[in-house]
Amino acid sequence: MKTKRRVSLFFFCLVQVFFYAPLVVLAVFSLNDSKTMNWSHLSLRWYHELFLNSPALWKALGNSLIVAAVASVSATIIGTLGAIGIYWYKFRARKYLQVVTFLPIILPEIIIGVSLLIFFAALHLQLSLFTIILAHITFNIPFVLLVVMARLEDFDFSIIEAARDLGAREIDALIRVIIPISMPGIMSGFLLATTLSLEDFVITFFVAGPGSSTLPLYVYSMIRFGVSPAINALSVVIVIATVVLAASSRNLYKYVIQR
Amino acid sequence: MKRNYGMAYASPVFFWLSFFFVIPLAIILTYSFLSSGLYGGVVWKFSLQAYASLANSTLWEITRSTLWIAVASTAIMVSLALPTAYFIARSKSKNVFLLLVIIPFWTNFLIRIYAWIAILGNNGFLNNLLLSAKIIDQPMQFLYNQNAVILVTVYTYLPFAILPLFAAIERFDFSLLEAAQDLGAGKWQSIRKVLLPNIKGGITTALLFTFIPAFGSYAIPQIIGGRDSLMLGNVIARELTVTRNWPLSASISVMLTLVTTLGILVMLRVSGRQASGHGRRSAVSSQNAPSSDEVGIPV
Repeated sequence: MKTKRRVSLFFFCLVQVFFYAPLVVLAVFSLNDSKTMNWSHLSLRWYHELFLNSPALWKALGNSLIVAAVASVSATIIGTLGAIGIYWYKFRARKYLQVVTFLPIILPEIIIGVSLLIFFAALHLQLSLFTIILAHITFNIPFVLLVVMARLEDFDFSIIEAARDLGAREIDALIRVIIPISMPGIMSGFLLATTLSLEDFVITFFVAGPGSSTLPLYVYSMIRFGVSPAINALSVVIVIATVVLAASSRNLYKYVIQR
Repeated sequence: MKRNYGMAYASPVFFWLSFFFVIPLAIILTYSFLSSGLYGGVVWKFSLQAYASLANSTLWEITRSTLWIAVASTAIMVSLALPTAYFIARSKSKNVFLLLVIIPFWTNFLIRIYAWIAILGNNGFLNNLLLSAKIIDQPMQFLYNQNAVILVTVYTYLPFAILPLFAAIERFDFSLLEAAQDLGAGKWQSIRKVLLPNIKGGITTALLFTFIPAFGSYAIPQIIGGRDSLMLGNVIARELTVTRNWPLSASISVMLTLVTTLGILVMLRVSGRQASGHGRRSAVSSQNAPSSDEVGIPV
């Protein structure tokens, strides 16, 4: 077994270098004073520029947060209810729903973006933050549904029957039994939806109107049209923010479970 | 007898996805059979023109290069991911190593693409390094070609290959490998004949999870591709927003959707077959020997 592990260790290290080297280069050059990728000297110039001189960035971040908040809350409600219905009951549209809640996850994003763009055009709906939110709710629902459904799998249906036998109406069973027990699933579905929403570029790109730029769209325009190294600094800030957010949401998640 | 509240619970998701997912897809399908309007949009006249022009030489060329980029990057990803996942699954600090794989995955998609522009761009890190070391005296063009698109596709979707392979290898019973070696199989032989057939489900998932996004890629070739690396996703967007041939854009979308769906059906078949026989049994039966539970010996 020894030699085998040596081969796989080599590949593991190779992959890690491949993953992290580009991020390290970004981080180092975000601290470079020069306007080019030639090293001059250490400076916080680009962070300064980023935080104090980029109003468009802050507007884009604001838009991203609005979209993520509205879309992930809505998708969590719709997806959770859907998961409960599809998981526990048999009804006519069940097969259909199993397919349409699975397809958006695997179809290439551009298909969803393009079909929504054509759909909004057919409805004569002006592209704006509102259309972005509609699109984000749509692609988030299947992910929430999937995560909540996984949680329901460890859940004993007889608990609900017991609640009913004891006189609970369906709505009581939902609020007092089903939702509290599925809470960890609902929370991780919500966090996943928020992350996907903050991250999404392709779908948003197609359904965004003028003036409704989100953070990924702003990054895209910086890559395409801007030459400012402030983007190095922005990348580092975003990487650190996501890692901190993800780490703290894991703690939040643990907190919710242990309660 | 419990009352059936299924549809009551599921009606929000039913109406939302029917309206914002199924109807838009149906519109795309319909548009692909219509004639294109003079200034964009469609004319309500049945036509197979859009599908006929899929066969034209430029589009055929782009389809071929899209397939090549997707197949090449999928092959690279799965070959890198197999030993990596194996290493993680067999190590003692699985969680830490898994986290190392997931962190770049949390990093914004565009930033991961941009990182490669910062390194390989004409004014990028590597060119500056080579220039100042006097190895080259002109910046080299690393980006804006097919290989750059493959490289960044691999960088972006590699975790999609590692994670399912890790899950499959972790479930594998390694005493089977030892057994095979005790019976005289070489290291590579035992891996090829015992390990690989047993993680077939994981391999299929990894292949599809990497092939589908690579095949439907839009942003990566758009940002760092060149003329030789235009992909179908870019043509869909171009025909929709620039050339304004909506039926053509729609027909390519339909084709992309069909390829993806076909891939999923294959995956479901393969993993279904895997699930129906015990992993253990298929390991042994692939070597044509009866396993203990087939013979009926209680384990």
